[in-house]
Amino acid sequence: MKFKLKIWRQDSAKSKGGMKRYEIDQVSENTSFLEMLDILNEQLVNSGEEPVAFDSDCREGICGTCSLTINGEAHGPSHPAAACQLYMRQFKDGETITVEPFRVRSFPIVKDLVIDRSALDRIVQAGGFVSARTGSAPEANSTPIPKHNADLAMEAAACIGCGACAAACPNASAMLFTSAKISHLAFLPQGQAERSRRVLGMVRQMDVEGFGNCTNTYECEAVCPAEISASFIAKMNREYAVASLRERMGE
Amino acid sequence: MIVAVTGVILILFVIGHLLGNLQIFLGPAWINGYAEHLRDLGPLLWVIRAFLLVDVVAHIYYTVRLAIENRRARPTSYRRKDTVKATFASRHMVMSGLIVLAFIIFHLLQFSFRTTDPRFAILPADPLGHYDVYTMMVLGFSSPLVSGFYILALFLLALHLSHGSSSFFQSLGLNNKNLTPRLAQGGRIFAWLLFVGYSSIPVAVLLGWVTLRTHS
Amino acid sequence: MIGSLESRIPDGPLAEKWRKHQNNSRLVAPNNRRRFEIIIVGTGLAGGSAAATLGEQGYNVKSFCYQDSARRAHSIAAQGGINAAKNYPNDGDSVYRLFYDTIKGGDFRSREANVYRLAEVSNLIIDQCVAQGVPFAREYGGLLANRSFGGAQVSRTFYARGQTGQQLLLGAYQALSRQVAAGTVKMFPQTEMLDLVLVDGHAKGIITRNLITGEIVRHAADAVVLATGGYGNVFYLSTNARGCNVTATYRAYKKGALFANPCYTQIHPTCIPVSGQHQSKLTLMSESLRNDGRVWVPKKKNDHRAPNEIPEGERDYYLERKYPSFGNLAPRDISSRSAKEVCDEGRGVGETGRGVYLDFKEAIARLGENTIRERYGNLFDIYGKITGDNAYEKPMRIYPAVHYTMGGLWVDYNLMSNIPGLHVLGEANFSDHGANRLGASALMQGLADGYFVLPYTLPNYLAGQIGKRPAPDHPEFLRAESEVRGRIQHLLDLDGARSVDSFHRELGLLLWDKCGMARNAAGLQEAIERIPQLREEFWSPNGGVSVLGKGETFNQSLERAGRVADFLEFGELMCRDALARDESCGGHFREEHQTAEGEALRDDDNFADVFAWEYQGNGKPNEPILHQEPLHFESVQLATRSYK
Repeated sequence: MKFKLKIWRQDSAKSKGGMKRYEIDQVSENTSFLEMLDILNEQLVNSGEEPVAFDSDCREGICGTCSLTINGEAHGPSHPAAACQLYMRQFKDGETITVEPFRVRSFPIVKDLVIDRSALDRIVQAGGFVSARTGSAPEANSTPIPKHNADLAMEAAACIGCGACAAACPNASAMLFTSAKISHLAFLPQGQAERSRRVLGMVRQMDVEGFGNCTNTYECEAVCPAEISASFIAKMNREYAVASLRERMGE
Repeated sequence: MIVAVTGVILILFVIGHLLGNLQIFLGPAWINGYAEHLRDLGPLLWVIRAFLLVDVVAHIYYTVRLAIENRRARPTSYRRKDTVKATFASRHMVMSGLIVLAFIIFHLLQFSFRTTDPRFAILPADPLGHYDVYTMMVLGFSSPLVSGFYILALFLLALHLSHGSSSFFQSLGLNNKNLTPRLAQGGRIFAWLLFVGYSSIPVAVLLGWVTLRTHS
Repeated sequence: MIGSLESRIPDGPLAEKWRKHQNNSRLVAPNNRRRFEIIIVGTGLAGGSAAATLGEQGYNVKSFCYQDSARRAHSIAAQGGINAAKNYPNDGDSVYRLFYDTIKGGDFRSREANVYRLAEVSNLIIDQCVAQGVPFAREYGGLLANRSFGGAQVSRTFYARGQTGQQLLLGAYQALSRQVAAGTVKMFPQTEMLDLVLVDGHAKGIITRNLITGEIVRHAADAVVLATGGYGNVFYLSTNARGCNVTATYRAYKKGALFANPCYTQIHPTCIPVSGQHQSKLTLMSESLRNDGRVWVPKKKNDHRAPNEIPEGERDYYLERKYPSFGNLAPRDISSRSAKEVCDEGRGVGETGRGVYLDFKEAIARLGENTIRERYGNLFDIYGKITGDNAYEKPMRIYPAVHYTMGGLWVDYNLMSNIPGLHVLGEANFSDHGANRLGASALMQGLADGYFVLPYTLPNYLAGQIGKRPAPDHPEFLRAESEVRGRIQHLLDLDGARSVDSFHRELGLLLWDKCGMARNAAGLQEAIERIPQLREEFWSPNGGVSVLGKGETFNQSLERAGRVADFLEFGELMCRDALARDESCGGHFREEHQTAEGEALRDDDNFADVFAWEYQGNGKPNEPILHQEPLHFESVQLATRSYK
């Protein structure tokens, strides 16, 4: 297969970037999208041009490292999937493919297609955990959890932290990411003690980081590789409303 | 959240307003009587008006503030941006909202302050001595230009509400995985029912189904 | 050699060793802990859990990872589950059985005491993870669910869908995040360790490169902990993440740490077969699939019929045939080798002939498609995305792939290497899995080391080290820094023509061929001759590797070049170890040593030892020195593994 590529090149965080055109030929349809970029890079190296910087690690859709906007969609046209799970057979021969980074102010560009997502780490640090001192845990089966709740918690916990939700959101909001962690822990008895503290801390940190606001377009859940449901955002809104009311009441 | 709460109030107003207006189909006596009832509320009417005004201002103020924040959250825009699930309505809430605002101003000038048409100020009272709202509406809507603008604005309002009316459930956290699709569907049906209801009046006038009635 | 090969296994009965050791280890008082700086490299299950726990105890921890977030360490990709001897299903499990299965699974090439301790703390891990909110699968009654896994006849595996590693890692990551917020752990993401610094023979710091800015930094500490994972990527194609590398442990080896059993690599039987030349990685299909899937190939050679057209009578369910009692759940090394055997016979399936079927037809008929979807839905989806095939309708094609490395830096019972102060956890050390690891045991070991072993054994070292932390401008640090800078400059100065990946691919193919699922002396010798040539080519001033860009910026080619340069040295060490181990055991299959039925033939008289290699330099005149630590078996009898 043959493709025309338009790829965002940017030297560093401070420099100005722009789209650059490339062409690539003789790509097998079983090549993954990232492997196609590997091939392009090998060609660039051979011709003395610096390869396109892009992030990836596990290449099986679980580590959440890859962060490409392909043809205007976070992680490309095949949902639900991370960019690393995208195969060239999903494109038309001869197609022009646009590749850009995730564009969110809170994810500054490091180089080309590589971004800095430490904002997401800071949101978790603001309360996305259960304070359980190592070694102090009670016997695992001492707290039964209804299967239904455990399953719901797992659905929320499946988030891979890639940030596609914010990248796809017209407002660059990270509500889906944040709500997934809040919901995961709110569904479980272990998460109850810090429930209010957690939602207040994480939501406020999200605002501090400069993410946008949710206007319920549900673009986030449409591109989410882990199929996190936007209903968790509703849950977070509920949790937040209750927690902030309680806080105001001095409880 | 403020946007959602103020939005809900406006939705309630829109429903009430429609129910009032539809009385035009029952004849001048009904609607003029209804208008008179409203006026009889006296100071309470002004309280309601003031409340609605504050509500509208708050709804707009906070929305614009959020919109500015949202714009700041993505300083460099995508060279190519496709959407997967977001509806046209959901992506253009500010635009549809602002056009509806312009419409509301015109609407108030036309029917409340009656500054757009000199005839409205000098309308004779109806046989029961009420201000003749019926005639005013018929006169107002018999201009295709005015009616056209109304229908366009109502279309945008419906678009705005097709997203907004279900969206507030989400923002207020009154939603879950099962409810979301139903609410979204319900919201769309609700919005387009409103559209049909409201636009039925200018359409009826234009088509001559509702006509001026000479006072006997 | 620095230090000694003393395993420091406490005496006394097996079941009491760990408790006794805990009671006899030295402690650091809470008010003294904040005076210590601990460097932990790697934020996977082992490193992340260790950093969280030590930070919580009051130490000052610096945590490093090359990924952009601690949450992306490759532990996240583990699918199947984590073992523990809870015996919830009441099917006869116990700490002893878990211990025995692990020792036996490792083909009697691991230390009894370490493995027993692992089985002992396995239950604590489940308790800890549940308390953190890890959403393990549950029964309708609300209690934890278990499933069975390869190499065991009991159901002792806890799981969270097919994403157990992810959930356990996120548990550790969240615990770590809590400590970062509390200020006890300082995170250094996108930072790669490029050298270990020894002061007076003790590990006292590291040299790192900030991958974003290219800045080289000296970090001094009271102890260094490496939890940097395995070296499976030496084969280029593996199930590891692209960034996984041997650099941290290899640099430590070059500074005097012993590298143990590097030839023990695990080839996982159920991966998606290789499809093309530019493939960058192989994808694992969890072994749990073998609970319900049946493995088969056609009985006839070169049978190109579609799988559903081959009648029952013409199929060879070779695992069920050869190993009736374990069947499709035979351990990984055995299953992998059997797949290779049938493919070598020309009975492999798929375009390349390197594949076997994993068939769910019978399970779907028995349990219904919904049950199968519930159990393995995400795996079937992954398979569908990669191959374009629907595994509900036709059998999956699978083939073995490099997955895990049992070898690693040599450590004693305290998880300390021969270099005092240098501790090694998880896949990076060699200690618990012998010559083959059982499924669902890697997660167990990583978390055991980080949550429940190191926090007890590290103080034993630290207690004698108060006030001995050198300043980061100590001459040893300056020397190490200048070496690191020199090496980076050297790479950048090469004006080569070949990409880093092309060298890596060539090395990988060579190793897969000569030091993969089956090895023999002639092939290994060939590889030992070929690798130095490849290395020379890589470093040759013209025609060698091409590294564009600058050192002081984000430069992925430079990162990879450094890692591949280390693989080019390490691969040779691996082959030397495989050559020296003139027996077959577990994942190390020497064709010269097999039974009449083609099973691995151990030589316990001569090779019941750990091989620990000491660096002397590269190439002929400076071959590494082999040290041997004899393995003593007091509680189990060395038996020929039988899964028949």
